[in-house]
Amino acid sequence: MVLGGGAGGTLSANRLHRQLGAEADIVVVDADDRHVYQPGLLFVPFGMARPADLVRSRSAQLRPGVGFRQAVVQQVDLEANEVGLADGTSLAYDVLVVASGAVLLPEETEGLTGPGWGDTVHTFYSLEGAALLSSALARFEGGRVVVAMIDMPIKCPVAPLEFALLADSYFSRRHIRDKVSLTYVTSLDGAFTKPVCNRQLSGLLADKGIDVVTEFNTGTVDGEGRRLISYDDREVPFDLAVVVPLHGGAAYVGRSPGLGDELGFIPADEATLQAKAAPNVFVIGDAAGIAATKAGSVAHFEGETLVANVGHYLRGEPLAARFDGHTNCFIESGHRRALLIDYNNETEPLPGHFPGPIGLPLLKESRLNHLGKLAFEHLYWRVLLPGRDVPGVGAAMPRAGKRPEAAITT
Amino acid sequence: MPTRTYADIEVEVDAEGFFTDPSTWQEGMAPEIAREAGVGELTDRHWQVIKFMRHQYEESGSGPTVRVLGKTSGVGIKELYQLFPRGPAKLAARIAGIPKPRGCI
Repeated sequence: MVLGGGAGGTLSANRLHRQLGAEADIVVVDADDRHVYQPGLLFVPFGMARPADLVRSRSAQLRPGVGFRQAVVQQVDLEANEVGLADGTSLAYDVLVVASGAVLLPEETEGLTGPGWGDTVHTFYSLEGAALLSSALARFEGGRVVVAMIDMPIKCPVAPLEFALLADSYFSRRHIRDKVSLTYVTSLDGAFTKPVCNRQLSGLLADKGIDVVTEFNTGTVDGEGRRLISYDDREVPFDLAVVVPLHGGAAYVGRSPGLGDELGFIPADEATLQAKAAPNVFVIGDAAGIAATKAGSVAHFEGETLVANVGHYLRGEPLAARFDGHTNCFIESGHRRALLIDYNNETEPLPGHFPGPIGLPLLKESRLNHLGKLAFEHLYWRVLLPGRDVPGVGAAMPRAGKRPEAAITT
Repeated sequence: MPTRTYADIEVEVDAEGFFTDPSTWQEGMAPEIAREAGVGELTDRHWQVIKFMRHQYEESGSGPTVRVLGKTSGVGIKELYQLFPRGPAKLAARIAGIPKPRGCI
């Protein structure tokens, strides 16, 4: 049983079906049948994508033979090996794959959903929010735009940075860039926290006139007074705030004793993806409480490990497949250019080329990477969700093409 | 790698003073690291956070965020900022000998 029909759940179910065939009865459970292409949300506010184009049927992405049950999960009973549904019925499982992602918790930040929410205070992390922000930006004629990441973990941690970079490009295109100030607010101690990224990219924001406020943990959003207030009483004024709300796991996790951590994510073995809660529970994607980045590429690379280990578990074998934390992200930097990063738990993002010595440039703005980001949407629906491998791109992080010497500080 | 000496023991740290190997940390080193980081004398409340950081790191392989500290360490977020000014998650991580909280780039 797979809980969640997003990227991780869909590709897991499809891979499991291909590997196990008729041996296994596979069902995906989700509360609705709307699969949102989340990487597209970033483009909606700038009129570069239309909300309706980002949504497809969840069930239509599943291989014939994989079941789909539209239902709200109430809780998981780890001892009975049962998933209780909101309608009072329950479903038994032999193996459970938790793929229910991360949810937005805007109400956890004081004032965020209060006066000004949807007016001066926005988010692009939901389809509705992104569409609303699109109209707000179109009406915006000048003033202070603040992009704030309240605290980790968040999905696609580079997205708020991309938003700031795309906003620079957007306002330039509208010839009002000189009337707009752009500020990027982060709870971390820099826009770039890894040494090589910091060295290679520190000029990127300054060159585009984007101010950075660091170690700012937003405690209160005052939409009427138009200011963010940190827990240590610093303030950032705004005319338009774009906030990434705090994230948590799916609500049922909190109702399932022993399953999740304090944020509702599922602690698991970093390498095997087996949940700490029970040997027959595995976790993939944003739902996992592991060090790996919350991103679609991670769910894709995890898929191979997860499916192999579910197979091992069913056959009573040791869980031999291991995930290395491999992450690969295009970072839109505006003006039709993008950067590419590729890393894992051991290796920070390095310069060079991907996937080998000849390929897309890493940690460097290029038009080719922007085209790569646009092409990714096609790959997502046609290759990632069906659970296929991307030709030339393995699950383990490639070393060829990277320049590790760039990591050595002198 | 640079090294520092705390409680008469030489340890490896990164460019910002975070332990590269958390297993080389000992409780006796914390007061010296705290002084160096500008935190001053460690009270019981500081220690509650430091011990929670170590525990979380051992459980999950990474240090907790300010939000997790506020929810589960028994010390609220406002007080965390009084104990460890400006960056509680970062400062407490450094004093507890665990890696710095990072984003992905």
